[in-house]
Amino acid sequence: MAKKINLPITDEDIQTLRAGDSVLLSGTIITGRDAAHKRLYELIEQGKPLPVDVKGELIYYVGPAPAKPGYAVGPAGPTSSYRMDKFTPALLDLGLKGMIGKGARSQEVTDSIVKNKAVYFAAIGGAAALIAKSIKKEELLCYEDLGTEAVRRYTVEDFPCIVAIDCEGNNVYDR
Amino acid sequence: MEVRTIEASAVTAAVKKLFMDCNYFIGQDIMEQLERALDIEDSPVAQSVLRQIIENDRIAAAEEIPLCQDTGMAVLFVEYGDKVCVQNGSFEDAVQQGVREAYEEGYLRKSVVSDPVFDRVNTRDNTPAVIHTKIVSGDRIRFTAGGKGFGSENMSAVKMLTPAYGVEGVKQFILDTVRAAGPNPCPPIVVGVGIGGTFERAAQLAKKATFRAIDTKNPDPRYAALEDELLESINQMGFGPAGLGGKTTALGVNIETSPTHIAGMPVAVNICCHAARHASAEI
Repeated sequence: MAKKINLPITDEDIQTLRAGDSVLLSGTIITGRDAAHKRLYELIEQGKPLPVDVKGELIYYVGPAPAKPGYAVGPAGPTSSYRMDKFTPALLDLGLKGMIGKGARSQEVTDSIVKNKAVYFAAIGGAAALIAKSIKKEELLCYEDLGTEAVRRYTVEDFPCIVAIDCEGNNVYDR
Repeated sequence: MEVRTIEASAVTAAVKKLFMDCNYFIGQDIMEQLERALDIEDSPVAQSVLRQIIENDRIAAAEEIPLCQDTGMAVLFVEYGDKVCVQNGSFEDAVQQGVREAYEEGYLRKSVVSDPVFDRVNTRDNTPAVIHTKIVSGDRIRFTAGGKGFGSENMSAVKMLTPAYGVEGVKQFILDTVRAAGPNPCPPIVVGVGIGGTFERAAQLAKKATFRAIDTKNPDPRYAALEDELLESINQMGFGPAGLGGKTTALGVNIETSPTHIAGMPVAVNICCHAARHASAEI
């Protein structure tokens, strides 16, 4: 039975989640992948403010396909998370509460998840048409020039994912 | 010599249809193996993942939307009959135009950047496609095309093995590559293997192998047996659907081979996700 979680996610929610739990997320999340992470990271390194406040947010690693007329969003499944590993600890230190992606993370990311009491969710890679059904609305936040890689805000309802790394560092990919 | 003329616009139309079709409609070979996997998995997580993948692929086909947001870099293998003359435009331009129209009009994602290292600016129409052309005898053009997603492409590898490694060395490299990929390339995967030729031929054969239906076998019984053995070994690794554990890490292993040099035994492993999109057409 999947746990329903209303966003923004609370510290209490995060403490109850264990690796392997199925969850359904409802509320808003932000998006960002390779190119947006690189830009955000460079701003952090330069000590400059970010164009989007990540505090308390979940970030979804996604670059959607264009929406067909009549659709809120195009197919929007997760992309491989490890490519964001270099940038993730810095975002978690700024108060990001979690990530949604797919696949394994580095030890540095796991350590940062534990340190910051955060959580890493996995969505099912390649289930983009199905996942898009749970995304009700999108809004551009920044980096429009990046096209599919722009940072957006998604309003989601019962967005399905699995806890991949919990706040104690338990990891569903360990085998 | 009798020459058959084909309008460049007919080439464009054929290529456009291939890329739209392969991104909306998963092959029957893949769907059958996904359903078979659902029968043999006993963990609830693996079953749930497979059910969602199957439902996803059905939604995509019914609504004619991409089954994965990564609609890939466009790759084509072309067998170009030597009696064909394309008129009112060049063949290359006609193919690239077909890709452009498919990605623009088919609501497919544009995932190509113009320069790999410095600019990385999106070309905004998913061109250029990667085109492998072989001149064959005849008066037809045959296309085998696919949109290759990079989550799995990034997990691929080429190794210049030497003859002393033998079949055991080949197996070990393939299994090591799949193990290193682990949960990342959207399992259950299709493993394309190219053995022989030169450095680049092995890689090209591996890509071609991922475009071969997984309900087919290598015609050489020794390689067919190797395909079966590798599939079994990979499925004992336990990564399972979405890497969340299970018996189905791969749906199929396809091997393609080529003659090679006395000093060499190149092996390439091209990994493809469960959204193994390919389609063929002839004009």
